[in-house]
Amino acid sequence: MAAKTDTSEAYVHRFAEAKATLAGHGLPWLAGLRERAIERFAALGFPTRRIEEWKFTDLRALTRTTFSPAPRLANGVTGDAVGRFLPADLPSHLLVFVNGHHRADLSDVGELPAGVRLCGLAEALAEAPELLEEQLCRDGALDGHAPLALNTAFMTDGAVLMLARGVALERPVHLLFLATGDEAPAVAHPRNIIVAEAASRATVIETYAAPAAGAYWTNAVTDIVMEADASVRHVKVQAESHDAFHLAVTRVRLAKGSAYNSFVASVGGRLARNEITAVLGEGVECRLGGVYLARGRQHLDTTTLIDHARPASFSNEHYRGVLDDSAHGVFQGKIIIRPDAQKTDAHQLNKNLLLSRTAHVDTKPELEIHADDVKCSHGAATGALDAEALFYLRSRGLDTDLAQRLLIEAFVGEIIDEVETTALRAHLRRVAAAWLTQVNK
Amino acid sequence: MLKIRNLHVAVDGKEILRGITLDVNAGEVHAIMGPNGSGKSTLAYLLAGREGYAATEGEILYDGRDLLALEPEERAREGVFLGFQYPVEIPGVGSMNFLKSAVNAVRKHRGQPELDAMDFLKLARQTMKLLEIDEALLSRPLNVGFSGGEKKRNEVFQMAMLEPRLAILDETDSGLDVDALKVVAKGINALRGETRAIVLITHYQRLLNYVVPDQVHVLADGRFVKSGGKELALEIEDQGYAALGLRDNSAAA
Repeated sequence: MAAKTDTSEAYVHRFAEAKATLAGHGLPWLAGLRERAIERFAALGFPTRRIEEWKFTDLRALTRTTFSPAPRLANGVTGDAVGRFLPADLPSHLLVFVNGHHRADLSDVGELPAGVRLCGLAEALAEAPELLEEQLCRDGALDGHAPLALNTAFMTDGAVLMLARGVALERPVHLLFLATGDEAPAVAHPRNIIVAEAASRATVIETYAAPAAGAYWTNAVTDIVMEADASVRHVKVQAESHDAFHLAVTRVRLAKGSAYNSFVASVGGRLARNEITAVLGEGVECRLGGVYLARGRQHLDTTTLIDHARPASFSNEHYRGVLDDSAHGVFQGKIIIRPDAQKTDAHQLNKNLLLSRTAHVDTKPELEIHADDVKCSHGAATGALDAEALFYLRSRGLDTDLAQRLLIEAFVGEIIDEVETTALRAHLRRVAAAWLTQVNK
Repeated sequence: MLKIRNLHVAVDGKEILRGITLDVNAGEVHAIMGPNGSGKSTLAYLLAGREGYAATEGEILYDGRDLLALEPEERAREGVFLGFQYPVEIPGVGSMNFLKSAVNAVRKHRGQPELDAMDFLKLARQTMKLLEIDEALLSRPLNVGFSGGEKKRNEVFQMAMLEPRLAILDETDSGLDVDALKVVAKGINALRGETRAIVLITHYQRLLNYVVPDQVHVLADGRFVKSGGKELALEIEDQGYAALGLRDNSAAA
């Protein structure tokens, strides 16, 4: 192992101290998995910009600090604080986590139809660990990804959602992760596991937020396994504190005929990276969309990998960014079309709006096509607000701030409008509007 | 109301208007006619405050104030309205939402109470009826997918809602069939009044059959070459700009 200049060794030491107390520590398969994960992490160290996938995102601000495990709090967050982050007019099955730990007192799971299991990961490891072994020990569970390995070593809690064959969950499941960001910098490693058996359907909302300011790190992993003809809609809102770090990996496996639809609104965090990896079976539909809105010195990274492994699948990606001040946006979109994936139809689009001369964005489409009978398109556009449109609005009496705001809202709203549910669209528009109001303060 | 004195305007370093003088009083309708490339739209944009249009010489007084010192939104709130020759399509901005913001910005400036959603809608519906505008059109994003005629009608609709004191309409008649032209003229005539002035910029005379001007000015190569009453417009209609010794230079806009 090469000498590390970052704090990765500190996490390795901390693991040795903590492993006997981690969730499910009595389970040999899990203990073994955690050991392999920390070894993997020790070998990899934190990624640096020399690694291609991390070329545009510098983690040194994160890796200079050693974050302690986030404390389990018995109180400190109220139901009112929870309410602030819920969509209006959209009752859900709500699981609340504070500093990464499930809080049953704040949650409101409500009545679940037969065939649906929804609970905390720690609880599931205590009560039905056999359901999780296959999911956690899946091939490629560790990949070459250091934050993912660290999550696997330290994961303490998260959500488990299992849908039996044919079950359609009417209300969305909302996973709300709140961080209190207390004095000592703390890290939570939420691990969410979603299994949608054949022909089941659900909508999952994942929200990361902080009721108050604070410096902390969220290192989340969400694994979604979709069996044949299953359908999952996934909306994520990343609204962490402005001093927080947020690294998140969502891994989706889509079996034949399934449909996955994701929308990510990323507005919080000092540095945030949302990574989505989707492996597509035959005849599936995968739609990824999202917005990232950044100002100040925020760094927001969206990195996706769509792997067309089997024939006749459709994928569409459309992300938009709005960057003000000295903010930095990153979009990396890789599409692989394997030799077996004939009749693939894959599209990618990334548009960015730069509101200041010092804001900047790195956008990198990457297509790797190994099949010949495919349709594949990609596009990227980055520019300032349309001067002609701005003049038109001002010529009707709107001041520059309001005219700009309308145009930014329009740019963001156009893509939010692609989300299906009215209440979710309204929720996402409110998230964007809250960000915009701060711009014009 | 509007006094233009020896106005010279350069765009991208090229002189487009070369010494224009014009007086428009409250209650009057003026028509500015001229071949393509004569500088008509440059004058319109300068009056509305478009970036990149600068006066190199001369002045424009609006109610005795230096118009060119005002930002575009200040001009609008003070009652200046430009009907665009090419209204801008703005995806994602709802027509009605935008217009409500504009109407309220102007009302606020005039010390009038802002309209709530209900009152605004009531006023908008009355005006739509007058201008024979389908309400469904205005549930769409601003000008997006509107036909040429719909865009022009929407400009006149916005004008009617904003109740400007000085309306400058840049080729609002172009691309309209006769029925649409009559509707647009009805909207313009409804705005006519003792306290208001209207400047119609047009290439053709036909709008002037329905909105009869008090004065007609012919602009050519950045100067007014002839002024007169409404008969001047008919003369141009009959004999063309060439009869006045003018060339129709379509290469420049």
